[in-house]
Amino acid sequence: MSDVILTLEHISKSFDGKQILEDFNLEIGRNEFVTLLGPSGCGKSTILRIIGGFVRPDAGRVLFEGRDISMLPPEKRNVNTVFQKYSLFPHMSVADNIAFGLKLKKKSTSYINDKIAYALKLVNLEGYDDRDPLSLSGGQQQRVAIARAIVNEPQVLLLDEPLGALDLKLRHEMQRELIKIKKEVGITFLYVTHDQEEALMMSDRIIVMNKGIIQQAGDSKSIYDEPQNAFVADFIGESNIIDGIMVRDLLVNIQGVDFPCVDTGFGENNPVDVVIRPEDLEIMPEGRGYLTGRVISVIFKGAYYEIKVLVDDYEWMIQSVDPAPVGDLVGLTIDPDNIQIMHKPVRDDEEVARDE
Amino acid sequence: MNENEARNTNKRALLSGPYLIWIIAFTVLPLIVIFRYALSDGAGHVTLSNITAIFSPIHRKALWFSLKVAVGCTLLCILLSYPMVLAMKHLGLGKRGFSLFIIILPMWMNFILRILALQMILSNNGLLNLLLTKLGFEPLHIANTETAVMIGAVYDYLPYMMLPIYTAIMEINEDFIEAAKDLGAGGFTVFRKIIFPLSLPGLLSGTIMVFVPSMTSFVISNLLGGGKTQLIGNVIEQEFTTGSRNLGSGLSVALMIFVLIGMAFTMRHNTEGKESVVW
Repeated sequence: MSDVILTLEHISKSFDGKQILEDFNLEIGRNEFVTLLGPSGCGKSTILRIIGGFVRPDAGRVLFEGRDISMLPPEKRNVNTVFQKYSLFPHMSVADNIAFGLKLKKKSTSYINDKIAYALKLVNLEGYDDRDPLSLSGGQQQRVAIARAIVNEPQVLLLDEPLGALDLKLRHEMQRELIKIKKEVGITFLYVTHDQEEALMMSDRIIVMNKGIIQQAGDSKSIYDEPQNAFVADFIGESNIIDGIMVRDLLVNIQGVDFPCVDTGFGENNPVDVVIRPEDLEIMPEGRGYLTGRVISVIFKGAYYEIKVLVDDYEWMIQSVDPAPVGDLVGLTIDPDNIQIMHKPVRDDEEVARDE
Repeated sequence: MNENEARNTNKRALLSGPYLIWIIAFTVLPLIVIFRYALSDGAGHVTLSNITAIFSPIHRKALWFSLKVAVGCTLLCILLSYPMVLAMKHLGLGKRGFSLFIIILPMWMNFILRILALQMILSNNGLLNLLLTKLGFEPLHIANTETAVMIGAVYDYLPYMMLPIYTAIMEINEDFIEAAKDLGAGGFTVFRKIIFPLSLPGLLSGTIMVFVPSMTSFVISNLLGGGKTQLIGNVIEQEFTTGSRNLGSGLSVALMIFVLIGMAFTMRHNTEGKESVVW
């Protein structure tokens, strides 16, 4: 990442005595699609608002292309925001909404008209120029909001849970469109969401956050396949997280059974957390596999069955295309590649999030 | 089922009974009486002269002065309201409630008492001049002038302008303001392009509530104008108390026509289905 466009240095912020961000550092590369992912209250939106200029950090600096912009008001920053609640101006037409920023920059009428036409085409709303924004559906309003931000050619586009208010189908459609728009305009996207699926699908890089602290940063695949702590494993996708003992390199003991694995460097006979994705577990006839347990529930989920198998006092969750009869004893097996070993949490933000 | 519905509707219609009686007794009937007087002379013959009398030089002068006071008072109220409301918007919740309370407070005192108090303050050796002379300024001669009437009108009607504007501005979603700033709008641009247009329903309500009473009032100019300056309201009052009831009614009807024209003019902006904020 040689070409850094935005840098956050040692950002701290608290509201009413509650620490939201603590010594937060982040670099964002030009033309990158970075997603801040975390549960609500983890500080991800605050970061966006600090970059947008709406919140002033208690400590730390925001650098834009190496220049400190921490003290600039929002209107002087070369970033634009797409807000969760669209925030279209209700007293202006769609075209006037889109033209708002350009008119302030005193662009020529022909330039503005070209830009409006281009932006409406980009978001698939050709011919909507004169519509009243409040007469549009949620998805259409959000498209207008995106168009309104993009025509200003910001170097960084901040998106604050822009699809949060849309229904599932529309959200999937808009996700694909956002990727398309991103390719077309070629600007940096900083995206905030609590939807892990959305993050995995769209981002070049995901920053997983909890309690104001970065838990893990990396591309979608590494975040999903190699979660670094229980919080990440639990937050990204569904997981079986169970206590284990690292017997030695390449061998982990779970529920009294030794499993071959691919991880090294956890010492000998050390307690660890083991993550196994439900789709990686395989049900075998009784007597085969590493573990033996009883099927306690089978739920049909459309593309797969969600099967719970009780082994000793731990309920394993398995996703399988074949059902298993409830009450039967079955064996469980797993490929060594699919066992992910993690250190035990040392701070509470690394633990599995529980509803407080 | 249908019978039931019909009965329910009838019951609900009954609820509007007191209102209807009120309206008929105190609005419709008096209006009929006024029109009857207005359209006849003392001998009972039908005539329009009572209404056209508004165009006689002396009445025209009073009407002109009334218009001047009403327009001036409305404009001053608007100019005073916006900065005050915007300042209040940035106060904390507690202080905002208190400042609102301060604005409403005078409305709980008797109107005449307030005007009498203002008369004392503005009089030639009143509080204002006492203060000015103490500070080494020349005393002002405001008492019994048009200026005094204008000050009285603004003082009296300002809350009626401020409150609807306050309501309208507080209702503006903060997100719109942030979005505007995000798109490059500075403070004044945000006001001009977002806050002001979105506060128009409040401004409109305020204008109606200030313009109409300040156009038709007569107590303010009686007490503060010293009888020298006559609003059309004073003329009508005098016609009713000492002159001809018919002429007073005719002038009232004429004034009502003028006010209705003014309202129609103001309401034209409000025809796009957006309701105005009347609190």
